[in-house]
Amino acid sequence: MVAANARDAASASADRATSAAAAAAAAAGQTKVTARKVNLWYGEKQALYDVDIDITSNEVTAFIGPSGCGKSTFLRCINRMNDTIPICRIEGDIRLDGHDIYDKSIDVVQLRARVGMVFQKPNPFPKSIYENIAYGPKIHGLARDKATLDGIVEKSLKGAGLWKEVADRLDEPGLGLSGGQQQRLCIARAIAVSPEVILMDEPCSALDPIATAVVEELIEELRAKYTIVIVTHNMQQAARVSQKTAFFHLGKLIEFSPTSEIFTSPQHQMTQDYITGRFG
Amino acid sequence: MIETERLPSAEIDSNWATSAAAQERLRQRRRADTRLWLLGLGAVAVAMGLLLILLGSIVSASRTAWTQTSIRLDVTIPADAIDPENAARARYGTFVDDALLGLFPDIETPEEQRLMRSMISNGAQFFIRDQVVADPDLIGQTFSAWVPAADRIDQLHKGVVNRDLPPNRRNVTDSQIDTYDRLVEQDRVRSTFNWTLFTAADSRFPELAGLKGALWGSFYLLLVCFLISFPTGIAAAIYLEEFAPKNRFTDFIEVNINNLAAVPSIVFGLLGLAVFLQVFGLPRSAPLVGGMVLSLMTLPTIIIATRAALKQVPPSIREAALGVGASKQQTVTHHVLPVAMPGILTGTIIGLAQALGETAPLLLIGMNAFITAAPDSMLSPSTALPTQIFIWFDSPERGFVARTSAAIIVLLGFMIIMNATAVFLRQRFQTKW
Repeated sequence: MVAANARDAASASADRATSAAAAAAAAAGQTKVTARKVNLWYGEKQALYDVDIDITSNEVTAFIGPSGCGKSTFLRCINRMNDTIPICRIEGDIRLDGHDIYDKSIDVVQLRARVGMVFQKPNPFPKSIYENIAYGPKIHGLARDKATLDGIVEKSLKGAGLWKEVADRLDEPGLGLSGGQQQRLCIARAIAVSPEVILMDEPCSALDPIATAVVEELIEELRAKYTIVIVTHNMQQAARVSQKTAFFHLGKLIEFSPTSEIFTSPQHQMTQDYITGRFG
Repeated sequence: MIETERLPSAEIDSNWATSAAAQERLRQRRRADTRLWLLGLGAVAVAMGLLLILLGSIVSASRTAWTQTSIRLDVTIPADAIDPENAARARYGTFVDDALLGLFPDIETPEEQRLMRSMISNGAQFFIRDQVVADPDLIGQTFSAWVPAADRIDQLHKGVVNRDLPPNRRNVTDSQIDTYDRLVEQDRVRSTFNWTLFTAADSRFPELAGLKGALWGSFYLLLVCFLISFPTGIAAAIYLEEFAPKNRFTDFIEVNINNLAAVPSIVFGLLGLAVFLQVFGLPRSAPLVGGMVLSLMTLPTIIIATRAALKQVPPSIREAALGVGASKQQTVTHHVLPVAMPGILTGTIIGLAQALGETAPLLLIGMNAFITAAPDSMLSPSTALPTQIFIWFDSPERGFVARTSAAIIVLLGFMIIMNATAVFLRQRFQTKW
């Protein structure tokens, strides 16, 4: 359990915060994902500067920060989704359970099965509800027969709190559901391949307040089984659902502390300005 | 906001909206709107008018091609002139001539008899032969049969030949008109739908010429063209859109594909002649070669349409598939291609419809040959619909004028069907987001 440190000459307080976070992590559970000195460029433009972070298992870690601060970019590093962008170049070290995920021996397809993702806009496949959930288990060979597959679909939909609403219409198109239901369908699709980490990129930004509340409750339930990292623009949401919060600004991780601390006594002036609404 | 900063509020006339100048500006804007509306409407009207003139002239020119005049003859098949074992081999031409001459015993001079014989189609004997071969009981009997009239009598019956013109200005003689009138009196002339147009291949005689060869030729052409250009085009488009790195080399390929789509079709014909016929030694006039040449033209169309369709697939679908751990290949074949398929099919059908109407490259590889049998394979010589139109248009016989227009209508009919299919596929299989 090494504390992240030595980023910016000016962020001494942030260093203290990360040390505190690391201490808290040791108490709450094991470290699932560690990142050290992650730098990322889109072409010539640098988008991340020396990001160090430890994400603890069975916790919800929230990334907050103004638009363009790099929080989504960093999230997408954790399951190598940035690989699909040709001009993207990444340096540094990201480890899942101690294994370097950018190592040549790591198969990116296997990695993404272990690190699932839920996107900003609900993006079910233009197929039936059943097919949406069953697709992942099928391509990974998780189900040997139809009965097992049916079981996985039911378990995943129950896990995403959607089973009662769609049990009688699994053959209907996933795109026919409401926005909130579609997003829970995407969560069910992510958990169907039994991932260890679930990355959520602003999962509620396209949802109404009621659907948001349902998804937030779901996140709280999912924490028991999975490690969750959520990017959000909504600070109340970060405060409600997360145990730890990381504040990003202009590609740098400014502060990373237990959520209760960051919202009551931020260590960094910029964090305070952001959460009190002075910019962002 | 910016305007109010530049113009202090004191300078703005509080009645600016009701002043005379403002009213005038408003009127000018409305007039401009009306002008634009009229201009657009006028352009549409001109386009529709030209289309109507085109279609109207073709349809009216094709009018006489849809029916064929036949003449009823009482043909006697003498039992001693025919071998029942080999019924196809007999002098049926004499039987037809005898039947015709027997109708008018008063016409005796050889010259008048020759003129009378030329009123019946040269193919009449084959109609009789086919009937006898199909029904050998007719041997030794006299039976009534309808045989096609020669083109000049066909035209006379349809009123195309003006009988008031002096005899040297028309190709029907006075004696032939006289004979024709007597045949009509005896109720021996009728006009029926011209099935020959679809059941026969090309012929020197308009009344015997049909599009069967051209239709089969065009079918084989499109089949070869589809089999080559559809898989190649989709594979190339997938590579360029999903896998290729964005660098100078792929830019170069992209520019060249776009240029290829703009190359005049006759150039592809020259290529086919030089490469497929002379280097590879493939047979001349064969639909296989024609299809290969047309696929060169269709390929860029399909690549461009497929790339456009792939581009329109929302990135969120790719991310969703990659996010659950699908590989690149699984993402493309399971999710991107099915969503893009309606667009791909639309592009393909439009490309094939273009290929169906393409004439110039086919002329260069000899698909405008005079071929009187429908092709039985992709390697046998054949014509295609557009080249058949070209051949008929070049033929001097009067009957080919209307048949040229009829063939154009058949070609346009297939084009409309193909384009309608494209529209239907697009509507039917479009994913609703």
